[in-house]
Amino acid sequence: MTETPRAEGGPGTATTTAARAHARSQAGTVVDCMPQLPPPDGTLWSETVAGGGYTQLSLPAGAHVALTDRDGDACAHLVLFVTGRPWERLNPADTVKVQWNAYLATGSQLLSDQGRVLATLVEDTSGRHDALAGASTAARNRARYGDGSAHGPSPAGRELLVLAAAKQGLAPRDLPAPVSFFRGVTVDPDGSLRPAGSAGPGARVVLRLEQHATLLLANTAHPLDPRPAWHCTPLRVTATPGAVTGPGDPHWDATPERHRAHLNTAALGAR
Amino acid sequence: MNVTLLESTVLDEVVPARAAWSAVVRAGQWLTVTDLHGNQAVDCLLYDAHDTAVRYSAADTLQASGSVFVTAGTVLMSNEHTPLMTVVEDDCGRHDTIAGACSKESNTLRYGHHTGSQHACVENFLAEGARHGLGKRDLVSNINWYMNVPVEADGTLGIVDGLSAPGLRVVLRAERDVLVLVSNCPQVNNPCNGFDPTPVRMTVTEGGPR
Repeated sequence: MTETPRAEGGPGTATTTAARAHARSQAGTVVDCMPQLPPPDGTLWSETVAGGGYTQLSLPAGAHVALTDRDGDACAHLVLFVTGRPWERLNPADTVKVQWNAYLATGSQLLSDQGRVLATLVEDTSGRHDALAGASTAARNRARYGDGSAHGPSPAGRELLVLAAAKQGLAPRDLPAPVSFFRGVTVDPDGSLRPAGSAGPGARVVLRLEQHATLLLANTAHPLDPRPAWHCTPLRVTATPGAVTGPGDPHWDATPERHRAHLNTAALGAR
Repeated sequence: MNVTLLESTVLDEVVPARAAWSAVVRAGQWLTVTDLHGNQAVDCLLYDAHDTAVRYSAADTLQASGSVFVTAGTVLMSNEHTPLMTVVEDDCGRHDTIAGACSKESNTLRYGHHTGSQHACVENFLAEGARHGLGKRDLVSNINWYMNVPVEADGTLGIVDGLSAPGLRVVLRAERDVLVLVSNCPQVNNPCNGFDPTPVRMTVTEGGPR
């Protein structure tokens, strides 16, 4: 529910003229979690997403998207689509299988289902991420916290991603599982999943978009967060222009698999 | 527990090597997947037969089981975190659900562009799924019966030699009417099929001990 100041002592809202003046008088209000418009010089986008909030962005190839866990309890669930061709989208299974590793780290590629790169993780001061466990659901959050609705006290990641997807013209069946930043999960030798928690306030990752990409971001508690109460703090999102990975960049041929993924992406015009 | 074919067999089919298969398994029915020749990966997706937007979710299955391995007792969950099927018996010990299905496209990354024309599971899923009105957007991370994918301490993972053997079985109970989509994996570049894809048997039976 939006908190709208009452028009006490002001023009009132009984007439269209007064209601318009009342609405316009709210402009300039600054809250903690909102976008900055126009974006600060040198940026394409700058926004603070509330704990339990979501956003969706469509950004050009080469853009660098910095995500910051400002207060130490953010969890950024991310799904990516190629803008205009949403049938090419994040494939978390290919992401871990092709790169021979379950964990996301500096240098990791977020791979699409078409053997191409959507984004490269070019900076990471957190080291606590997850490509396996996805997001929470309304049913699971209801069971754990009493509520999982998108605008309730403990929003489910999937509920938020469904809304973010809808605003890009996408339906629930378009959604793969997301990858998650700032709440780690590790795998024990017997296959058990072990939550690794947060790296603390200020941790940051930077994703270099390798194609024109649409990002859905839901900031809410990780599904394996062991705490009995729901916790999530704001997520900072900024995007700056830049260039995609090319020959000569250390990420271009860091491994044979990543090199071929870049070759496939660079040759995109042919398919 | 001894699983034998009951008189109430609904369906009993051999899926040829490299082929696709699908069937609706009704709530309460059992599906037995038999690895006839051993070490044959069987890629598998599940959908609510009455609303295919509700489908298998590897992530929700991991959340519910707390493990990357699928075995007896694992409840195969939907993207709405509701049960689709339960693994009631497992001769093999563990199965994969984090490594996904092979595709022509991912094969080019994993092995080189010379493999881009080879038959792959996504081709089977797309062709068989189309018979049920499913398309590319409906393909998500799947289960790989009999595929062995260990994860090491530093996160290194990979498809390694299988643990299966001829005649081993996995038995699933449907918790609702489920459309089961299968690709009998045609991959020949890693050990998931022992470098030699072979037939598997799919058997649907009524009832059974709970």
